[in-house]
Amino acid sequence: MIRFTDVSVTYSGATRPTLSDVNLFIPEGELALLVGRTGSGKSTLLQAVNGLVPHFTGGTLTGEVTVNGRTTAEHPPRELSDVVGYVPQDPMSGFVTDTVEEELAYGMEAIGIDPATMRRRVEEILDLLGLAELRDRSLLTLSGGQRQRTAIGSVLTTNPSVLILDEPTSALDPGAAEEVLAAISRLVLDLGLTVLMAEHRLERVVGYADRLVVVQDGQVRSGPPGELFADAPVAPPVVELGRQLGWSPLPLSIRDARSASMSWRDAHADSAEATPTAPPIATPGAVVADASDLTVSFGAIDAVQGVDLQLRAGTVRALMGRNGAGKSTLMAALIGLQKPKRGSVKVGSSDPVDPTTLSGADLVRRIGLVPQEAGDLLYRPTVASECASADELVNAEPGSALAILERLAPGINPEIHPRDLSEGQRLSLVLAVVLVSEPEVILLDEPTRGLDYPGKVAFAQILRDLADRGHSILMATHDVELVAEAADEVTIMAEGHIVADGPTAQVVVSSPMFAPQVAKVMRPVPALTVNDAVRLIQGSSQ
Amino acid sequence: MAVQARIGRYLHPGAWWVWALGLAIAASRTTNPLILGLIIAVLALVVAARRPDAPWSRSFVVLLRLGLVVIAIRLVFQVLLGSPIGTTVVVTLPTVPLPSWAAGLRLGGPITLESIVFAACDGLRLAVLLACVGAANSLASPSRLLKAMPAALYEVGVAVVVAMTFAPQLVSDITRVRRAQRLRGRPDRGVRGLVGSAMPVFDGALDRAVTLAAAMDSRGYGRSAPIAPKRRIADAAMLLGGLVGICIGLFGVLDSSASGTTGLIILAIGVVIACVGIWRAGARSVRTRYRPDPWLWPEWAVCACGVAAAAAVFATGQIDPEALLMPVTPLAMPVVPPLALLGLCLAALPATLSPPLPIPRTLDRQHRQLAQEVPA
Repeated sequence: MIRFTDVSVTYSGATRPTLSDVNLFIPEGELALLVGRTGSGKSTLLQAVNGLVPHFTGGTLTGEVTVNGRTTAEHPPRELSDVVGYVPQDPMSGFVTDTVEEELAYGMEAIGIDPATMRRRVEEILDLLGLAELRDRSLLTLSGGQRQRTAIGSVLTTNPSVLILDEPTSALDPGAAEEVLAAISRLVLDLGLTVLMAEHRLERVVGYADRLVVVQDGQVRSGPPGELFADAPVAPPVVELGRQLGWSPLPLSIRDARSASMSWRDAHADSAEATPTAPPIATPGAVVADASDLTVSFGAIDAVQGVDLQLRAGTVRALMGRNGAGKSTLMAALIGLQKPKRGSVKVGSSDPVDPTTLSGADLVRRIGLVPQEAGDLLYRPTVASECASADELVNAEPGSALAILERLAPGINPEIHPRDLSEGQRLSLVLAVVLVSEPEVILLDEPTRGLDYPGKVAFAQILRDLADRGHSILMATHDVELVAEAADEVTIMAEGHIVADGPTAQVVVSSPMFAPQVAKVMRPVPALTVNDAVRLIQGSSQ
Repeated sequence: MAVQARIGRYLHPGAWWVWALGLAIAASRTTNPLILGLIIAVLALVVAARRPDAPWSRSFVVLLRLGLVVIAIRLVFQVLLGSPIGTTVVVTLPTVPLPSWAAGLRLGGPITLESIVFAACDGLRLAVLLACVGAANSLASPSRLLKAMPAALYEVGVAVVVAMTFAPQLVSDITRVRRAQRLRGRPDRGVRGLVGSAMPVFDGALDRAVTLAAAMDSRGYGRSAPIAPKRRIADAAMLLGGLVGICIGLFGVLDSSASGTTGLIILAIGVVIACVGIWRAGARSVRTRYRPDPWLWPEWAVCACGVAAAAAVFATGQIDPEALLMPVTPLAMPVVPPLALLGLCLAALPATLSPPLPIPRTLDRQHRQLAQEVPA
């Protein structure tokens, strides 16, 4: 269905090709999962399938890409729209019209399908993806999962045989991600669609994949997931566990891993209660931010209702919950961007004050926030001037911010524009400019969206170091694996309330939605991370 | 039965525009404040009856307010610069002597009641024209209007639609970036705040534009049937020529000092040429339309009502030109010519002739639930 023959892609100005001599064949009706480190060329490979590379992005493509018998050399993307459906990473950025129904019809209008067929197909797709209730809703009012399903529906109406998805679940909470993935797997199983999907959060999707396509250093390998994961540069925790313990065949699902570890668990189930994984925090630090009976509202809606939360020095606390549960609003209130309707917020260990009264250097010395769109904080033309302006504000020694950046992400050229940094590097830069003022409290809103597994491990280490230096960290995230690695405590919010609060091991292990993969495999033995589990199993066998 | 009658639809936006333009043409031919007042009443009645609940449907009120500003400006200019009409002096302002090169102008001097009334009526006419545009905007959804555009103008239409969706996103971007500026401890207001937020906002907008273009390209935007360059030039020439004809014709019709019939003829020729050009250019687009708004008898009826108003005022002008003007010298009470009154009454009919609005789906569901619960 999709065939790459000796394909190399070189962007203008690049010293070496992004993809070189790629030969790849994906047969009809398969769900192929594309994995690789950030910046390895995954998006380039995806966009080459429908001709956006090179017709739209520029650069040179040698070799041949054919989809359903049509070559991209002779057909620009618009003439492949009835064969390939391409859903960009942020579905909102690809929407052309303003309601769900019109969006579904747009692609068909563009290729001139007759009105009767259009009407019928729109109704079919509305039912297939469970969008019928939303048909005349404005696209702006949809939730993340609904937007993603609408985007998938909008390319399906032209009846393509191939669907290309660029990280369809990266911005979604676990529930919404399940909803989207269920829809995708139904398309593969019921309609025989061929799907090629890139994804960072492998733990969610590995179970659905028929084929793994690994991109590494411009080279591409493809094959059954069980074989290729043996040495793939990224792997979900359950596979990583199998790799480190030398299990064969490699487990791809929780069920595989549980059966592989069954004998060990049976032998050690009775010792489960006796082996606490992480030592409890010895002495809780001073309270550095204190919200009491906090209620924040937008118009008639209370986004945060009667929340009591204390942040202590030296801890990493994760804030979890569905999209729209009030996580970002709580953070905005903590830093004084949002005035509370009721209750109070105080920040600072000595002489606590209301953050809405602070500004400039007074504010950034007490509390810092890395927002979801971390790049918003950057406004200078180079990395160096960005760091210098951060130093200047708090009268830090010139070069302090740059030194922090060097520690977080070594080897960044300070003369380049922040936009040219990779996702992980940009996050490091934002952290550096926030950290230079040494705020007691650091708030992070969805910090790991664009990070791959190695990137997340490095990030978890950075958080640990910051906590050890006495910073208090509150991090909103959907990423249960990151929480397992990095957080001491977890707070779960739902509909503006705090519904669970406590040490990570207690809170996430008991929740089916928020438990990390390793916890599910090892239950009832308490272990959260791959390292925990490996240590336990290897330790007991010696 | 009552429930059956409430299953409404949106009237074709083109019909609302024809109706509103009819009233605008009527308004442009008169300074009689009674006729102008009647036109505003008609507009308000229909807008109140058939305005959907959407952000753009507030534009009628906005443009009414703008109309008040226009009247005020017109009065100020008349008082300061206008030459006096009539003899009823209200107040005499001190005259400012002007240099010899401005000999034709006069600053200050006696202000007469006649000139104030004249200026107010003249300003009112402009205000009513604005109100007509506002009413059309309130009644007809801009995105539906763009969907109804002929195929040749489709690409322009998409650009406008995209711009319309970008505007609210830009506003939310600005808010977000301003908050980020505060987080960096920088001023989030004033000129310095603006400079700091401009770059991230434009960066974001540019990124989004590029992503959107890629998405549109991969969804088939811009597919077209092959066409000879000669034919394309001919089509473009016809379109342009037709539009020039329409402009000249409209000028002739609206300018009450010129002969109306010549203007009408040029206008008609221009419309025909432009229509042929649009139709020929549209033939090369492969695009089809999803659920186009139908054009049924209510659309014809609403258009006819608008045309009737214009025709009635036009005819009144032919029979008794004085009746359309505010009698200024000497000042007198204006009268409403019966023919114009009849025309404007017809123009108010769309308040009941046009189909009722559909009930929004979510509300609809609540209604149905209520209906089910009531008997139990």
